[in-house]
Amino acid sequence: MHRVAITGIGIVSCLGNDIRSVSTALREGKSGVVVDPRRIQLGFRSPLTGTIANFDLTFPLHRKYRKTMPDFSVWAYGAVMEALRMAGLHPGAIQNEETGLIFGCDSSCRAAVQQVDLLKKHRETKSIGSGWIFRSMTSNVTMNLNTILKTRGACWTVSAACSSGGHAVGQAADLIASGRQDRVICGGAQEINWETVCSFDGLGAFSTRIQDPGAASRPFDRDRDGLVPGGGAAALVLERMDRAHGRNAPVLGEILSYAFSSDGEFLYVPSRDGLKRAMQQALKRARMTPSDIGYICAHATSTQEGDAAEAENIYAVFSDRCPPVSSTKSMTGHELWMSGASQVVYSTLMARDNFIAANMNFTAPDEHTKKLNIVTETQHKGPETVMCNSAGFGGTNSCLILGFA
Amino acid sequence: MTDKEIIEKINTALAEEFELDEASMLPEAHLFDDLELDSLDLVDMVIVLEQTFGFKIREEEEIRSIRTLGDIHAFVIRKRHQRLQSS
Repeated sequence: MHRVAITGIGIVSCLGNDIRSVSTALREGKSGVVVDPRRIQLGFRSPLTGTIANFDLTFPLHRKYRKTMPDFSVWAYGAVMEALRMAGLHPGAIQNEETGLIFGCDSSCRAAVQQVDLLKKHRETKSIGSGWIFRSMTSNVTMNLNTILKTRGACWTVSAACSSGGHAVGQAADLIASGRQDRVICGGAQEINWETVCSFDGLGAFSTRIQDPGAASRPFDRDRDGLVPGGGAAALVLERMDRAHGRNAPVLGEILSYAFSSDGEFLYVPSRDGLKRAMQQALKRARMTPSDIGYICAHATSTQEGDAAEAENIYAVFSDRCPPVSSTKSMTGHELWMSGASQVVYSTLMARDNFIAANMNFTAPDEHTKKLNIVTETQHKGPETVMCNSAGFGGTNSCLILGFA
Repeated sequence: MTDKEIIEKINTALAEEFELDEASMLPEAHLFDDLELDSLDLVDMVIVLEQTFGFKIREEEEIRSIRTLGDIHAFVIRKRHQRLQSS
């Protein structure tokens, strides 16, 4: 098995459109949550959302590419270009069969709605336009990036609800560890629009703390009242460690282990042992014990049941020796398909820039979350090992262990 | 509208849709080789022309045989003349 290096990261999130601004926001505990007035008009229970502001492509895209890309796919391109630049990889270096592309994504809802609206308006399919079929497919990120970047290895999208991004990074690492790819550009991307979350809002799953958007997402807090949907795109360049060393690439960290599990129980309520099994498996595969973990970047989304279940799962693994835990969703809201990958980017930033982000808005625990060692203020020492949890509808769980020593 | 005005209108609409440099839009310019359009763009070109001139393009065979910008100019001019004669 080969070691897997992280050699580049990039991100477009509600905290900023590049790693520098995002790192600053994480350290300072800034929230990217806003009110979308349109959602109020449309009858949403909650108009709260993460938002991408002032996004501008550093590397312009030809209109031929833009035509087949929804906005979040363009964000993914922006994040990937940032990651490639950090990794010191020029276009020619990735146009080979040893370089792959795997992203997590589970919808392209707005494009699907828009093409239907166009048909209803024009009453003939040839008037819809040529880009929509590509924009509306769940795999739009990888199919578009593949034609732009011209990588020639793996190219597919992982759809696993809110753990899509975590599994994408994990599968990318596995392909490298097993020797099937030398390098995989991976990550997660999530659209931000009312169309994709309208029925989710109807379930009553979103926070309605409208008066104070920055305090709405409060993972593990006793008074949490639901998640805040968000999104963006997170990208990583993973490489075989010896190949990275061979070309004197900057090594930001290492994927030490990836494990998965599924609950086999409920559709939308996480089980009491699913994540636990993923965490235990990840530790076992890394030949580590719970005491080796320096920080847990939790999945916690700020829902009552989800956070309670994760707290119990973490406690079941770590018992009374819980390492520092925080959920970056307290600042970003729940980035859904992207979140499992963005947690890896955020954690890598913490290690690189020497801090652990606080779990914002945590004022008091409940009976479950009191068992955790929750980081309430930014810690000014970076983690050497990080566990990133991710969980999705249907009970699909991913656990990644990262090393920065 | 004169033929010259029609040509200008076509060029303006296509330049905007396909981000073309108007200096490159010569009648002899080949759509694929010179203007770098592709078969997906032809789908959108029909939509642009329909919206710009307010007619429906049913001549799909004829559209498929179009090769140059000049072919588009001739097609639209002919189509407008047909409409004027039939109205």
